Amino acid sequence: MTVLHSAPRFASNEGVREALTGALGAKVVASKEDHGEIVLTVERAEIENALRSLRDDFGYQQLMEIAGVDYPSRAERFEVVYMLLSVTKNHRLLVKVCAAENTPVPTVTTLWPVAGWLEREVFDMYGVIFAGNNDLRRILTDYGFEGHPFRKDFPLTGYTELRYSEEDKRVVYEPVKLAQDLRSFDFMSPWEGADYVLPGDEKAAEKPATPPVEEKKVTETKADTGAGEKANEKAADKVAPAAPTGTVAGQGGGDPAPVTTDKAEPGAPEPTGDRPDRGATGGSAAKEGSGSAPEGS
Amino acid sequence: MSMQLEQSPTTGDDVITNYTINFGPQHPAAHGVLRMVMELDGEIIERIDPHVGLLHRGTEKLIEHKTYLQALPYFDRLDYCSPLAMEHSYVLAVEKLLNLEVPLRAQYLRVLFSELTRICNHMLNMGSHVMDVGAMTPNLWLFEIREDCLNFFERASGARMHSAWYRPGGVHQDVPLKLLTDIADWLDTRLPRLFEDAMSLVVDNRIFKQRNVDIAIVSKEDALAWGFSGPMIRAAGVPWDLRKSQPYDVYDRMDFEVPVGTASDCYDRFMVRVEEVRQSARIMKQCLREIPEGPIASSDRKVVPPKRAEMKSSMESLIHHFKLYTEGFHVPAGEVYVATESPKGEFGVYLVSDGSNKPYRCKIRPTAFSHLQAMDFMSKGHMLPDATAILGAIDVVFGECDR
Repeated sequence: MTVLHSAPRFASNEGVREALTGALGAKVVASKEDHGEIVLTVERAEIENALRSLRDDFGYQQLMEIAGVDYPSRAERFEVVYMLLSVTKNHRLLVKVCAAENTPVPTVTTLWPVAGWLEREVFDMYGVIFAGNNDLRRILTDYGFEGHPFRKDFPLTGYTELRYSEEDKRVVYEPVKLAQDLRSFDFMSPWEGADYVLPGDEKAAEKPATPPVEEKKVTETKADTGAGEKANEKAADKVAPAAPTGTVAGQGGGDPAPVTTDKAEPGAPEPTGDRPDRGATGGSAAKEGSGSAPEGS
Repeated sequence: MSMQLEQSPTTGDDVITNYTINFGPQHPAAHGVLRMVMELDGEIIERIDPHVGLLHRGTEKLIEHKTYLQALPYFDRLDYCSPLAMEHSYVLAVEKLLNLEVPLRAQYLRVLFSELTRICNHMLNMGSHVMDVGAMTPNLWLFEIREDCLNFFERASGARMHSAWYRPGGVHQDVPLKLLTDIADWLDTRLPRLFEDAMSLVVDNRIFKQRNVDIAIVSKEDALAWGFSGPMIRAAGVPWDLRKSQPYDVYDRMDFEVPVGTASDCYDRFMVRVEEVRQSARIMKQCLREIPEGPIASSDRKVVPPKRAEMKSSMESLIHHFKLYTEGFHVPAGEVYVATESPKGEFGVYLVSDGSNKPYRCKIRPTAFSHLQAMDFMSKGHMLPDATAILGAIDVVFGECDR
């Protein structure tokens, strides 16, 4: 794929993935190269060894970041992603492990002291346990916070809110009360396979799907229209177009071919204004003040 | 690994037990809401436990509930001292997933304004760093420059701080020619005059040197191990600048130098920033010389909305506009980590897309997080007032650190 974007360009990925998967051997569970990023998925128990090998043998000196990601549908729902940077080879690498709530990931604080807070953050936000990190306190959330807010099943609004209470002269914690429900806008097109029921459409969803049409509907003959005898009769009448000049709006069509029929073309409708029981309409009548006020004047 | 500690000086016959103080959370030298629990032996710092997260707003979670375009303004509010630099990482990450080409003029504009942001950020940081160690005047003078920068942002985007001006695919609006000429004038006259004037008060100042030289020396190895980036790692003597080594937008065309420090102390960190301002001005001048005419955003109508005038006459443009501002654009599934050189260091965005119109996960790599973690080992053995100098030299902003 040609690179069109102007995002940071680091050293070529060519051959790096093969070299690394070859060297790490069985430690690597999966590897992929996508969007210009090499991603290695590593056996959870081997992460420390794998990263040590990458740091010492392959020159990825810096651990820039550890990110947690939550995929609730997976058996091991969390991914912990280590972003490595080599300042000598000018290359970046993503290394991943999968983990569940109860499967600790070996710490890498032994390799990089910076991992301490980064692991604390993943623990705080997702509840991934890092075995061997001896300072695994919460870091970003409030003192005494419960739960792991970045999990996908944690509501955006949280569970508690706090305010300063004038009576108690301190900040009090209360369950979240929203004056208005949290609005989650879903702009996904309902035609493109949205998997939810549109509001007001609940009954329609319960109905069994319309059976497939056995006979294909055509309108080759008049009888096919299904409008009934009278309509079919009416349809036989030919009526010439009222105004043979002019174009069909927006379609650029010209004059339709003149059709001669034995029926009179529909003329202008009878004027309705001069009914004797009502006063004359129009500007002059209104001025004289006689009759009812004309509409629309 | 860690620095060699001297035996802390004893106080003669009196035995003073260690005591613990709270630095912050509301402290003018803490550059925001930082609480540091300090264990002191007299006035010597034994241990620092920084408590961060007091400004945690759950930005990353909020972004997961917004479309790609709606998520952009959150980045302004991360490091509110250099908003456009934050946006830069994000738009590049989205563009990388989309593999979207950005017109040259937009790339120049982004580089130009990222460098203006760098100057703007350094004015605030250097000013407050100087003020933390006792000088008032340079801060006020540097704020003059910062005010000019903010005025330029306002003229480009309409907002002084939270510009939301970069967009996936380019920038939001073109700039008027007068703005570019005014920036050029400013770079030639006002900036060097004000900046060099203020620096003449600081860089050779005896008190400033006494407070900063040889404070918090970090070796190259430590700087790498603690995940340092930006001026912090350059002060340690590692010539590592993402604009040079991993160029994005048109940085590969730019002619500039990367200042590095020699002693890796707070004074070096400050001086690296001083030189970076000059280099930024140089980059901006080159941008202004070379900036081509042309479109300022990609013409891919599935990502970038059409011009307003187009919408008045074209049904297709109207539909595109409507779809982009309601549903937003869809980004192909995948994951990227894109890091740019923000004024404070490596600011990264790890973006995971599931192919829908909202990011599945957007991890923000703040610069201050790693730097602040090293606060403990950098301050060990230093005096209490040095903590403010170290903090000032880290250039920490809590909007970004806590997210």
